Amino acid sequence: MKIKHRSWSDRIYVTFAYTVLVLLCVSIIVPMMQVLTVSVSPVEVINSYGFHLFPTKFDFSGYQEVFRKSIIWTAYGNTIIRTVLGTALTVILTFMGAYPLSKKSLPHRPFWTALIVFTMFFSGGLIPSYMLIKNLGLMNSVWALVLPGVVSVFLLLIVRNFIAALPESLEESAKIDGAGELYILWKIIMPLSMPILATVSLYSAVGHWNAWFDSMLYIQDEHKQVLQLILRRIVIDGTLDPSSGVTDSMDKPVNTESMKMATLVVSILPIICIYPFLQKYFVKGTMLGSVKG
Amino acid sequence: MQRKSIALPGTLERKSSGTLRSYIKHRYYFFMLLPVLAYFVIFHYVPIYGVLMAFQDFRIFKGISGSEFVGLKHFRELFDGIYFMQVLKNTLIINAYKILFGFPAPILLALLINEVMRPRFKKFVQTISYLPHFLSWIVLSGIVIEILSPSRGALNVLLMELGFQPVYFLASTDWFRTILVSTDIWKGVGFSAIIYLAAIAGISPELYEAAEVDGISRLKKVWYITLPSIAPVIVIMVILNSGSIINDDFDQIFNLLNTNVLSVGDVISTYTYTEGIAKMNYSYAAAVGLFKNVIALIMVLTANTIARRFSDQAIF
Repeated sequence: MKIKHRSWSDRIYVTFAYTVLVLLCVSIIVPMMQVLTVSVSPVEVINSYGFHLFPTKFDFSGYQEVFRKSIIWTAYGNTIIRTVLGTALTVILTFMGAYPLSKKSLPHRPFWTALIVFTMFFSGGLIPSYMLIKNLGLMNSVWALVLPGVVSVFLLLIVRNFIAALPESLEESAKIDGAGELYILWKIIMPLSMPILATVSLYSAVGHWNAWFDSMLYIQDEHKQVLQLILRRIVIDGTLDPSSGVTDSMDKPVNTESMKMATLVVSILPIICIYPFLQKYFVKGTMLGSVKG
Repeated sequence: MQRKSIALPGTLERKSSGTLRSYIKHRYYFFMLLPVLAYFVIFHYVPIYGVLMAFQDFRIFKGISGSEFVGLKHFRELFDGIYFMQVLKNTLIINAYKILFGFPAPILLALLINEVMRPRFKKFVQTISYLPHFLSWIVLSGIVIEILSPSRGALNVLLMELGFQPVYFLASTDWFRTILVSTDIWKGVGFSAIIYLAAIAGISPELYEAAEVDGISRLKKVWYITLPSIAPVIVIMVILNSGSIINDDFDQIFNLLNTNVLSVGDVISTYTYTEGIAKMNYSYAAAVGLFKNVIALIMVLTANTIARRFSDQAIF
């Protein structure tokens, strides 16, 4: 479409659009630049007046300090463990729930679906859930971080709708060829569901990587704590709220600014690395989620 | 359905054995589903049963079966308490602002992105604006604290360059809610716009071409074509988000909250945490949580009913 003669109001509107979009991007890029710059700058530069958007002098002592703190690496490992274990279980269980629920022949299907969907709109709340974990004896265990949220209704419905939309003829022709239920599931449905299962695993993995509240509730043992919580102690408790009662049992109670920002960078890194995939599959998930069933 | 209403003797029996037969026939499906059902019963329905403790003086060693029932004692305590009323007020005010500004924001963003004719710039804006969605509130709070730092935060340096006094935003009762609302939009606006962008992409180009022939301005096209076309999606999003007037964002508020701004920033979820976990007033905190969940459920059901009455966009 070639529109050479743009009207006056059109031009203002388009200018407005570009201005807002540029400002939005600036509001996201500038903070990232400051975090990155402070993480590699020496103290005297950090404390000097002015914008800190580009490093003027380099000093990697912040990162060195991060590498020295073993608690950060233990926490990093714990986060990786919960992410891998949690994501694997989520993918398996979500599929195990979605496949039968996509079948019209499942007896009482509307009832089982309603039983599951109801939990999306009503829950017992924090305290009863906390009591449950306590009573199950899961305190201080990685299972307390993995099991409570292992199946998300939202993801379950997305996968169910995806499988239900697969052409029925595939399955029928396989049955005519004498394929059993398990064969159909394993050799036909599973491979076709791979894109949606990739979406589920990325949703789950990001969720686990960023989760911290469950760890704060259920894990008392310092060496089982997840990365986000250690990050919280270093970055947030260290500056803003020393009176919150959380004792800092780090070897060094005082964290330098560059060290705080370096920890931030180190914790974001994996997310940035898989960002292209995240973008692709999360967008897909959001689109599918909007098709309600 | 008709057979059921006849209910002759023997019909019921035959029906139930038929049900049993269909379970046996589809046992693979059911065995597959069973662990998932068990998960929902244990991790969702047991806590729902657990809300009974809101009507008890719950003692951890006695459990729900052994603790004494006290009726609505904790709820009376709740509504008589001045502090809870402040917490409720904070929650409603913060959420009202978040809805007022945060709900239209992604719609506006989608409309603006749609005006961009350069595909590379479009892609760039989307890539950048989705990013905060993938970061935790701990990371984002760290970034927010840094960028709002009175001494070296870029925003305050900008203020000083323009001749203003620096502001300690996060410790100011005047600014704290503004920070919550704006950072909430900042985190979510890009990602939430996806759904509207998808809806806009689905609009038939013929509508725009016809408008083009009539020489209609861009703004009028947005008003008369784009917005009416994506209205069904907007209605669904309203229903799905209608609980958010009472459901506050614990992750965000807990990580930005500090003692200076407790009077304007302490909300239901942070209060539940302080009372229930830190102070171990289990029954009282369970009552707070139940109150919140019931309101949220009512909100969703109401929004859905209204949507069903005035359009055909209800979700159930």
